[in-house]
Amino acid sequence: MTALGKIDSSNLNGGQKLAVKYFSVAVVLFGAQVLFGLLAGLQYLNPDFLFGILDFSVNRMVHINAMIVWLLFGFLGSVYWLLEDESGIPVVGLKLGNLAFWVLTLAVVVVVLVYLLVQVGAGSHASIWLINEGREYIEAPRWADIGIVVCVLVFFYNVAATFTKGRFTGVGGVLVLDLVALAGIYLAGMWFTPNISIDQHWWWWVIHLWVEATWEVLVGCLMAYGLMKTLGVRRKIVETWLYIEVALMFGSGILGLGHHYFWIGTPEYWFTIGGFFSALEPIPLVAMVVHAVFDAGHHKIRSTNHPALAWIIAQAFGNFFGAGVWGFMHTLPQINLYTHGTQWTASHGHFAFFGAYVTMVIAFFYIAIQKWRGNVWMSGGLVGAWKWKWALALLHIGMLTMTMALLTAGYEQSQIERAIEGSSWAGYFAAQGHHWFIQGMKWRQIGGWIFAAGFVLLVWDLMTIGRRETQPAKSLAE
Amino acid sequence: MSKEYWWASESFWRKNAIWITAGSFLVLIFLTFDTVSQITAGGKRVPGYAVINHRISYEFDDTRNFQVPVIGVEEPLFGQKLTEEEAQALVTRGKLTTQAKNCMNCHTLLGNGAYYAPDLTKAWLDPSWGTKEVREELMVEFLMNPQDRLHNGLGRRMPNLGITEDEARATVAFLKWMASIDTNGFPANFVSIDQEN
Repeated sequence: MTALGKIDSSNLNGGQKLAVKYFSVAVVLFGAQVLFGLLAGLQYLNPDFLFGILDFSVNRMVHINAMIVWLLFGFLGSVYWLLEDESGIPVVGLKLGNLAFWVLTLAVVVVVLVYLLVQVGAGSHASIWLINEGREYIEAPRWADIGIVVCVLVFFYNVAATFTKGRFTGVGGVLVLDLVALAGIYLAGMWFTPNISIDQHWWWWVIHLWVEATWEVLVGCLMAYGLMKTLGVRRKIVETWLYIEVALMFGSGILGLGHHYFWIGTPEYWFTIGGFFSALEPIPLVAMVVHAVFDAGHHKIRSTNHPALAWIIAQAFGNFFGAGVWGFMHTLPQINLYTHGTQWTASHGHFAFFGAYVTMVIAFFYIAIQKWRGNVWMSGGLVGAWKWKWALALLHIGMLTMTMALLTAGYEQSQIERAIEGSSWAGYFAAQGHHWFIQGMKWRQIGGWIFAAGFVLLVWDLMTIGRRETQPAKSLAE
Repeated sequence: MSKEYWWASESFWRKNAIWITAGSFLVLIFLTFDTVSQITAGGKRVPGYAVINHRISYEFDDTRNFQVPVIGVEEPLFGQKLTEEEAQALVTRGKLTTQAKNCMNCHTLLGNGAYYAPDLTKAWLDPSWGTKEVREELMVEFLMNPQDRLHNGLGRRMPNLGITEDEARATVAFLKWMASIDTNGFPANFVSIDQEN
């Protein structure tokens, strides 16, 4: 082991070396998400900004795609990070894993360049195979879909085979089953149909069953590992909680899919099923808050890694409020009729993705950087601790500002466009021009700038934290 | 360590997790078969593509207590009556165009997409097209050259996406067909363009 505080890959095991590659790309794509979000936000305030060069549709597409992909890179990295620790043996197909990483990264670069430079194509199958599939969140052209599936299969093979050859912990078992679902569900979104009802029906299988089911279970696994690592919580405790979370998440989330089936042509029985089960969806998130906060309190917050633990606690609350409360607020069909397709959804989307997923991946960034620097001290009295604290604060203040601003705009749209003006285009523009809406967009932009400042500080912190530390990490036995 | 309760044990929750997940998934599969059969074009809730040969309106249904699409008299799109196959080919081209031009990252379709431009679910019926006589041609012209047509006080415009006349016509067919889908009363309180003769 080299000097403490120095970045050195010999401090890492094979899976972790691959993990930090995934994390590095994830941070870059996170930056792209923030940048293109700022551009799209500015276009609400000044529609002529970049008009005809980088239109709103392009900026927004890169904004949301960068998010999906950087989180996916973050998850893949996080799983590779814990794989050897959990299974007790080296990753079985590390070379293949490395190859898949480079293929996936190259594919992402090509897709983004095509998004930015080609943007749109003729109304033909060739366009959706080569340029852009034009379906929100899964815009990646079909060739890239196939590439993603292949790379995810390599990843799945590595995870399943490593656990099988080594030992299958509870976390490992849940992870493997979850990844089967995660990879399988993606296939549901990979074909064309002229029928938009059928299209959106399967499209929601991908979007909802990823985001509101399999991803939630994945972060449940990451939280379990994170709590063991940072606090030394006993395995039996975290794994029992993990099973509770899985039962509640899949029990509510799978049929909670019905809340996307209110208005797309699907039958009326989804009102009842979707309304009921999605109303239950916050319950597992409460369980996660109780679990994380109780464990932190039980261990008197004596963590080995303060920033990581702070982000894990932030995840518990962010997931509950962003995904749980904000989702529940407009999930019942009687309310959703007026909020569906307004800035309410944007408010929920921002808060939920941040609260549930961004937070957990950032926690893993901190876990990784600690070990990468030779397992340095990252508990109380850390040199330069203001940076991680301010990054956490600015990212949260920025996100909450955006969330509240978008929610105000959403309320105004529901009232003026939907309830009063009868959802016509004239009603849409009346609502968009209303000063409450414009005010909301201005505050959203301010929130965006604050968030961007938080991002810059976060990156700076990740590059420097622990650099000047001379003590080794706090021992869990202390 | 105090006594371990069965309801707090790892194995109890592991079994629960497996059974609840499997049970929920089975229910979903069962419902998926029923739903897909109801939303297949020509099925109960989503009309066949040749519906574009007819007038489509959106009227209040007392029994269901919300607005539903009503298929009316024959009113072929662009004055040309199509067979089911021809209509399907046209709508398919329209759908491909909406995807290739990335419509969904400004507009919403059936309420899903981005919120920078109006919802297209009932674009065919929107009163802003003026009268039903000029609607089709206005839509085609707009799709082909939207960049100079400021139609709101916000300064927001649609960019020129290089849509050809054939693609524009196909897109209008897709939009007309989409207006016939039974969306359980979404959008609510919608006031349609006047289509009476």
